[in-house]
Amino acid sequence: MLTGALVLVLGANAAEHSNRSVVKGSKAYELDSCVEPTSVMRKLHPTFIKHQRDITVHHGIRGDKHSLSGCVDCHATKDAQGRYTPVNAPGQFCESCHEYAGVEIPCFTCHATTPTGRKGE
Amino acid sequence: MSQDIDQERRQFVSVAGLAAAATVVAPGAFLLDGSAEAGSRREPAVDKVRYGMFIDTTKCADGCTECVTACEKENGIDLLRMPEGADPEEWDRQRPRWMRTVKVKDRLTGRVSNLPMMCQHCEHPPCVDVCPTGASFRRADGIVMVDRHICIGCRYCMMACPYKARSFIHENVDQQLSIAPRGKGCVESCNFCVHRRDNGENTTACQDACSHGAIVFGDLNDSNSEVSKVLREKDNTQLRADLKLNTSVRYCGI
Amino acid sequence: MKKIHYREWGIESLRYWGLLAVLGVFLAIGGLATLYMEHEGHWVTGMNNQIVWGVPHVFAIFLIAAASGALNIAAFGSVFGKKVYRSLGRLSGLLAMALLVGGLLVLVLDLGQPGRLIVAMTTYNIKSIFSWNIYLYVGFLAIVAIYLFTMMERKANKYYPAAGLVAFVWRLVLTTGTGSIFGFLVARQGYGAAIMAPMFIIMSFAYGMAIYLLVLLFTFKLDDRPIGDGLLMRLKNLLGIFVAAVFYFVMIYHLSNLYGTENHEYEAFILRDGGIYTTLFWVGWVFLGMVLPMGILFHPGSGRSRGAIVVASILVILGGFTAMYVIVVGGQVFPMAIFPGKVIVESGFYDGVNGQVLYYAPSLPEFLLGLGGVAVALTATFVGVRVLKFLPESLADEVVDPHHG
Repeated sequence: MLTGALVLVLGANAAEHSNRSVVKGSKAYELDSCVEPTSVMRKLHPTFIKHQRDITVHHGIRGDKHSLSGCVDCHATKDAQGRYTPVNAPGQFCESCHEYAGVEIPCFTCHATTPTGRKGE
Repeated sequence: MSQDIDQERRQFVSVAGLAAAATVVAPGAFLLDGSAEAGSRREPAVDKVRYGMFIDTTKCADGCTECVTACEKENGIDLLRMPEGADPEEWDRQRPRWMRTVKVKDRLTGRVSNLPMMCQHCEHPPCVDVCPTGASFRRADGIVMVDRHICIGCRYCMMACPYKARSFIHENVDQQLSIAPRGKGCVESCNFCVHRRDNGENTTACQDACSHGAIVFGDLNDSNSEVSKVLREKDNTQLRADLKLNTSVRYCGI
Repeated sequence: MKKIHYREWGIESLRYWGLLAVLGVFLAIGGLATLYMEHEGHWVTGMNNQIVWGVPHVFAIFLIAAASGALNIAAFGSVFGKKVYRSLGRLSGLLAMALLVGGLLVLVLDLGQPGRLIVAMTTYNIKSIFSWNIYLYVGFLAIVAIYLFTMMERKANKYYPAAGLVAFVWRLVLTTGTGSIFGFLVARQGYGAAIMAPMFIIMSFAYGMAIYLLVLLFTFKLDDRPIGDGLLMRLKNLLGIFVAAVFYFVMIYHLSNLYGTENHEYEAFILRDGGIYTTLFWVGWVFLGMVLPMGILFHPGSGRSRGAIVVASILVILGGFTAMYVIVVGGQVFPMAIFPGKVIVESGFYDGVNGQVLYYAPSLPEFLLGLGGVAVALTATFVGVRVLKFLPESLADEVVDPHHG
């Protein structure tokens, strides 16, 4: 069911390399669903993240399930040398779909694109 | 008192954790490391707490920059690189600094003091007053910080700050720490290591790094906290006390 | 006074388009400079963490002040019932809007996040004079547009006095707001004075009038329309009086500062030891921007010559830019007194070691952005007078009768 839905959204293009948009090697790949059902995440992830950002910045509540660093943490993959690949690099989870949809990701002009942020760690 | 709060918080966290675990539908869907971390804040920061700092300049060593180095590492400022083609001297004036060391000499007596300068976390911060969008704000627990999601980069806060505590990001940034987002065109400054506050840690990076014990950080509203005790004990002053901003950073020996 | 007829600016097409082409070049270069600065970030400018407002702000604040000043001529016609100025009102309103748009554009394009302008319009900090200004500026454009409509549409003529009054009051509030941007900065020695607001108002009178005079003489000359000597004498005398008033305010500002010991160092810096800033103050602002134009305008001989009036107006404008530079940049390069009674002997962040002033060298892209803003204002004005009936066919003395109020 999950596979079917993803192919619907991402089209044949995505189906060529993988039957899931979640990138192999990430923690997310091992899981059945995200912090919300996939269909909900697909539609509402910007709303969740935006809502969470205000709670985090103004009230200091971090590490909730809708936190952006959570997204990065779970969806980042490592290369052969064991170094993280940025989630907004071509072919990675965030970028592959956003590129297909033609939507910019403003998050990563300021936010870390790997779990640590420091390169080579 | 702060121990009580911590106790309460821990209890709350464990209850919340259980509740969360119980409501997870699919096993394994609970996947965020951060959310399970002990001591992570689950309730909004409250004004019961007021974070503050005591700096003993008599202990502060001439030429020492331990606190500054630690601050820059903690908050990812050391990850910034000079843009290609920039003039190093000019770049030095443009790169951000949350913390700096200053050496001052009394005009009359010639007495010299060394001290670190950073955001003084005023109770009545001029930067918050002037900010057109409300991006510059004071959190309930007294931390003055910038919501860089709504900062438009007008730099009026930098004009208004009496301590020159703020920095503008003049260049594209390609490396950030997840705890310290940073991007071109916004203003930022010391936030008392706010990520540590929210993860239940008790210290700031500068305090940990100071081998002279010149920096004490804690809750000013808790009369039993180390910082409250030392502030009661030692003579101390605010910078530009004449402005009546009621700063949360207090200095001794200047 | 005869009935005034208005007509579109009728200069030859070639001349008109040539003029727009020249302005277009400035617009294009200004646009490219902006893209460059936005793409690279502010490190390509001379601005830094000490001098956070630079040349773009000098241009922006000058244009915004001049905008409200340019509206005065219309206000003299409607609020103070001076009939002779009524015929000048349409151009006055147009120029006010054009200058404001030019100034705002420069201000916005210099933001770190110009794309977030919508944030500035939607999230609002009621305590900030800046957010007040956002509404004052937008409101100004709307009110002046309505004011112009009441002037130009016969059916709306009866609302003309009311609209004029609202516009005049609004413009006073607007310039108060602009001056207060500095007046409210208590931490800096050069600012934080209540006199900033009225001083900005009187400066706006002078700069707006100077620009108005130049545009009026230029558009009329090119289109061979007559301006009577009587009218011109009134306008140039007004300019002279406004400049004299600025002179008075500048004097009071510095004299009252000199009275308080805490300001002595700042005053010594601006008036005596400030190097380029002292030169700019005395030579640029005081002599070229005030003393010389006053001399030209009030001299019985030169005051009657149109060429001399043009020169005086240009000097007032250049003096105005210098004034803004001395206020905006001079106020920032002078180190803040973070430790009163002490000297900073070492600092990790340019705190004015041993009282040394801070460093700012404006970069070319900043100037180009500023000039782009001027070009926007002029383009809007010239297109405006070309397509709509802003300019009277004649301002000859027998038409407007300047001697009968």
